[in-house]
Amino acid sequence: MAPTGLEIYKLLPKTNCKECGFPTCLAFAMKLAQKGTELDNCPYVSDEARAALDAASAPPIKLVVVGSGERAFEIGNEVVLFRHEKTFYHQPGLVVRVRSDDPRLAELAGRVAGYEVERVGMKLRLDGLAVEHSGGDAAAYAAAVAAARAAAPGLPLVLMSSDPVALEAALVTGAAAERPLIHAATAADWQAMAALAKKHACPLAIRAEGGDPAALAELSESVRGAGVDDLILDPGTATLPADLAAFTQLRRLALKKGARTLGFPILAVSAAASWQAELARATQAICKYAGIVVIDHLEPGAIYALLTLRQNIYTDPQKPIQVEPKLYEIGVAGPDSPVLITTNFSLTYFSVSGEVEGAGVPAWLLVADSDGQSVLTGWAAGKFDAEKIAKTVKDSGIADKVSHRKLVIPGHVAGLSGEVEEELPGWQVMVGPRDAVDIPSYLRTVWGA
Amino acid sequence: MTAIDIPVEKWSGAVREVTLGSSDGGGTRGSTVTVGGETTLPFLSFEGTLPHRPALAVEVVDVRPDDWSAELRDVWGDVNGDAAAWAQRAVEAGADLIALKLRGCHPDFGDLGSDDAVRTVDRVLAAVGVPLVVYGPGTADKDNEVLVAVAEKTKGEQLALGLCEEKNYRTIVAAALGNGHLVIAQTPIDVNLAKQLNILISDMGLPLERVLMDPNTGALGYGLEYTYSVMERLRLAALMGDTMTQQPMICTVGEEAWRQKEGRAANDAPAAWGALAERGVAWEVATAMTLVEAGADILVLRHPGSVAVLREALDDLAKGA
Repeated sequence: MAPTGLEIYKLLPKTNCKECGFPTCLAFAMKLAQKGTELDNCPYVSDEARAALDAASAPPIKLVVVGSGERAFEIGNEVVLFRHEKTFYHQPGLVVRVRSDDPRLAELAGRVAGYEVERVGMKLRLDGLAVEHSGGDAAAYAAAVAAARAAAPGLPLVLMSSDPVALEAALVTGAAAERPLIHAATAADWQAMAALAKKHACPLAIRAEGGDPAALAELSESVRGAGVDDLILDPGTATLPADLAAFTQLRRLALKKGARTLGFPILAVSAAASWQAELARATQAICKYAGIVVIDHLEPGAIYALLTLRQNIYTDPQKPIQVEPKLYEIGVAGPDSPVLITTNFSLTYFSVSGEVEGAGVPAWLLVADSDGQSVLTGWAAGKFDAEKIAKTVKDSGIADKVSHRKLVIPGHVAGLSGEVEEELPGWQVMVGPRDAVDIPSYLRTVWGA
Repeated sequence: MTAIDIPVEKWSGAVREVTLGSSDGGGTRGSTVTVGGETTLPFLSFEGTLPHRPALAVEVVDVRPDDWSAELRDVWGDVNGDAAAWAQRAVEAGADLIALKLRGCHPDFGDLGSDDAVRTVDRVLAAVGVPLVVYGPGTADKDNEVLVAVAEKTKGEQLALGLCEEKNYRTIVAAALGNGHLVIAQTPIDVNLAKQLNILISDMGLPLERVLMDPNTGALGYGLEYTYSVMERLRLAALMGDTMTQQPMICTVGEEAWRQKEGRAANDAPAAWGALAERGVAWEVATAMTLVEAGADILVLRHPGSVAVLREALDDLAKGA
């Protein structure tokens, strides 16, 4: 919980020396609470006050980095329980688990590393590979990790083993430099695991069974006492309802109770026997507070769905997402296909393109740059007027793609049709429906599917 | 041992219980479906009670939906276009209720009249014992005409009639009021509009125990996050005691998920998308599970594979932690 201005003021010298550039200590404290200045600007702040303020302003859920280099991912630093209260900041890492004795290990690692899908102009990828120690001794495990690293260079790893000797073997053969997540310290072996994490400067997952926050808190205290600060919480739950209860309790304890021992990202092992059941569990984990989601199935359709979901849930609700303003071809459009125009507010675009897609009539959809505003707000703000519509049409090159000169504008801006025709000589402006849901009917009737 | 007090919220409100289907007073249903009644957020059984697991409806169409995704047409096969047989197959696939869409009454899809609509509803009622949701064709004039005729001829069945929107709520509410049915109040992804419509409906005298809310579903990748947050806000308001937000929520997941290109593209899709059969179900399941986490009480699905996955997940969730 960030301290208030008054809380900060109580810790300052209260001498109003003005050396910080503010007229009073109180003014400085207020500005500090709004993050508008730095504590270092006060030359007389005591060490005790600094320590207290650092602790108080630390994020309630620590930011933890897994991996190194270009594909490293950050999780944590979350501040709310519901995305509408502010936003969720750091998308959970989606990690695929393979067994160390799986003969296809290298092939699977390569597929995980290479999976990539494009959505609304962004490339979505998997974040990591978990190598689970199953069968074989320490040397065999180290060899498996080395094989995975060779097949998936730069991909962050989760090293899963209950044997510290095997983990050490994997770490010393080169994995340590890539900051893998060590999984996991338990009540039985935390000393050895904490020593490994400290020695190799790697993040460490701590695992309790059955989702008991008290057990995790105790483990966290022990491990932090041993000098390991980059922790990940694995509550060890195995069912949908147990996951939900444990993840919710951990998030609430960190945010609402300021429980420092539990102020770390959560790791969800969402694995299930079928990819479908796994998808259901991973969906819940993404919505409800997981920082890392571990799955077993490399089913491309399910992974595409999870990566899309993660993007959706972690979109900042205060910033309407925009789609790229350009000409979109829906279906296989040709010279006779209708030309429609709308704005680049993502929800507007998705509603319109979805309906056009569903209508089964191939069409050209022109998306104007309205600064991400919907049709009506864009129109009211002057971001979607006749001039903008005409410019969008001209810049798009649509005139070279169609043999007709008919432009369908949204029904909500019917009043612009005359002006648009003036701006676009030779074009006939047609007024489409006001609501996207009526587009299929309109297209079928007017353009005869 | 570190002492940990598990934070528990004390909610003052609860979601209303709404029952679909009836076996007396003219009703002929062999089973009924009750949803709602939650006194906490979805499935937080350590904090409150969740008396009814969310229900699964399967969407059945009166005419052959030739423009549906090929995967859906294949999976239902020979029952496509025969609403009664389709409904039976849906119940076998695990549907708790049937959502019958009277699409054939749409001017673009056959322009069938209200007599045809009533006949189809009768046949489905005769074929299955589960409760029914009946959706009009989706154009204001025909919705009113068809739904009123259906409501009158099925008096006492406690159907849920949809859609009841701001522009036509008077007609639909009156039809429900006089014939013992429920309405589905749909508003465009907005907390205040949802409340407003519930107020208007309630002002006409329809008890709120006969109103379901449809906050308007966006599919995964197509506005899902808007629906998710509006539903979370509605449910939080309900639990905090705002009586006009306490209606159970129904989401048309299948319709939205399967009309996107992820639910349709077959051989021309990128390899990373996977095969249509798996991808389409994945899209529907992920959309549905996300909305379950936000408080959905009835999910209207299209694929029997999704019904099986959701059924297992919801049964599991209902057991509690």
